[in-house]
Amino acid sequence: MIRVFLVDDHRLFLSGVKAELRIGFEVVGTASDVDTAISGIRRTRPDVVLLDVHMPGGGGRTVIETIGKERPDTQFLALSVSDAAEDVIAIVRAGARGYVTKSISPAELTDAIRRVHDGDAVFSPRLAGFVLDAFASDAVQPVDPELDQLTQREREVLRHIARGFTYKVIAQRLHISVKTVETHVSAVLRKLQLSNRHELTRWATDRRLV
Amino acid sequence: MSWSVLIATETRHAGKQRSLYFWRSHEQRVVAGIAGGFAERIGVDAVYVRAALIVLAFAGGIGVFAYLLAWTLADQERPAGAAVRPDSVHRDIGFALIVLGLLIAARDIGFWFGDVIVWPVVMVVIGSSVIWARGDALDRARWSRLATAATGGEQAPGKTGLARLILGGVLVVSGVGTFLAASDAVASTGGALVAVLITGLGVALILGPWIVRQAQQLTEERRERIRSQERAEVAAHLHDSVLQTLAMIQRSDSSRRMVSLARSQERELRAWLYGADDRESAERLQPMFEDVAARIEQMYDMPVELVVVGDALVDDQIRTLSQAAYEALQNAARHSSAEVVSMYVEVEPDAITVFVRDEGKGFDPAAIPEDRRGIAHSIVGRMQRHGGYATIRSEPGAGTEIELQLQREGSQ
Repeated sequence: MIRVFLVDDHRLFLSGVKAELRIGFEVVGTASDVDTAISGIRRTRPDVVLLDVHMPGGGGRTVIETIGKERPDTQFLALSVSDAAEDVIAIVRAGARGYVTKSISPAELTDAIRRVHDGDAVFSPRLAGFVLDAFASDAVQPVDPELDQLTQREREVLRHIARGFTYKVIAQRLHISVKTVETHVSAVLRKLQLSNRHELTRWATDRRLV
Repeated sequence: MSWSVLIATETRHAGKQRSLYFWRSHEQRVVAGIAGGFAERIGVDAVYVRAALIVLAFAGGIGVFAYLLAWTLADQERPAGAAVRPDSVHRDIGFALIVLGLLIAARDIGFWFGDVIVWPVVMVVIGSSVIWARGDALDRARWSRLATAATGGEQAPGKTGLARLILGGVLVVSGVGTFLAASDAVASTGGALVAVLITGLGVALILGPWIVRQAQQLTEERRERIRSQERAEVAAHLHDSVLQTLAMIQRSDSSRRMVSLARSQERELRAWLYGADDRESAERLQPMFEDVAARIEQMYDMPVELVVVGDALVDDQIRTLSQAAYEALQNAARHSSAEVVSMYVEVEPDAITVFVRDEGKGFDPAAIPEDRRGIAHSIVGRMQRHGGYATIRSEPGAGTEIELQLQREGSQ
């Protein structure tokens, strides 16, 4: 049983997700704002926190920044209707293991929670698109090529995610194992979180997020 | 000079402040804020200070001289800690008596432009200051009642307000009359024009507060009208879009139809709330493909998962690409029976690639009869004519993917 904590200020959505997670998961708590989320996560010690990007009192990013360090075993998965790249990038840079849109199907959502629980990264097609956009090749020389560039393979995997393929199909098409796909995606997530690449920094500073 | 005696008295008060302790008012300002500042300092209505200055200006120019002197001596701003003294009737009367005394003294000394001019002016000034005083801040409510009464509104004017209007009006009228009667010389040489001008001035002085009030009301009404126009515009937009969609959702039986309605509405509302200007966005690739996706969603109740990487200015090539993408989406919506179709658009410096993919029932591309080559003609042919290509990958039972690629002629 994966113990899940839900944070969302739309009660209708909360109860919907709660119903979808009846089998195989234990919803240990819910919260509708940042403060109750922080105290609730401290109290219930969940495995995975599913949290909304936009919320009263600072948003999901504040929750991760406050509690992420004291609960290293808790994984965060961001969930939003937001289309704005900077919001999504910001919450992933704060420490979320992935980002999915709220239009995700129940099966995909449970799959994503399991994957995040296992320590893997979860990229929705939209997040993959944002990352490709941010890491698009350009004339500016990256500061740290190790972190500031995607490998050809990583780019290929992201393209397939953006096209809507599941990890399994991607593995088949690229003749690699699903585990390798996951490794690539996790590497991309790490780069996204640690990279100094100017687009990411610019996004963040533009919105005064850093 | 008598005015500087007053200022000297103020100086003594302000000994520790190392300044004259006398300032220019920003709130009550007509010329330089001197009268307003002085009124704030000594606690009388600024209208009375202005009236005194005008009257004294006719007493050999004392008023003008005092004003200019005060202008050079006053602080630019009210010093911190200096309080505005509230108006009081006692101080108003005291101030008026002092001014009257100064006037008589000036007449005795010889600073005088002649009884025929000064006394009518004094009457007019007193009359109009009676009308204008406290017309602004203190009893605006009473003024507005008075204004409605003056325009024939049904509300009864305040008793003091009406008394003040009558008293002031009588004073102004008789002042103007006295002046015109006494100065036959002016009337005969300057002609009727001077008389008309002076009478007009008198009328303006009497009706002034009412005119000012009307102008304020007009501005207020205009502002209110703009506000309600904006509200109406938002309401109209919400009615056309969101309310219509909600009504359609309520009447719709199929959950898929509901989802697609909600999705296209969400997309549209988001574009309206956060989106760029319509005219501007029409020229970029991203909104163009968003529009294509929205049209398919609306027409076929089929959700389109759209991801766009990069952006470009729309040209003929890109327009062709979007038409081919539309055809591909339409094909998926009509024939695939899939739940959802994904479209991925990537803009690179030398090429633009579009993938349209569904996980529906698929088909065997080789088995399509010659006469039903909709895909071949509208997609493949179109792409080839514009320097690109289309690849169709499909298998019965394994979904369909159509890849469209366009080589860019120049970079950017």
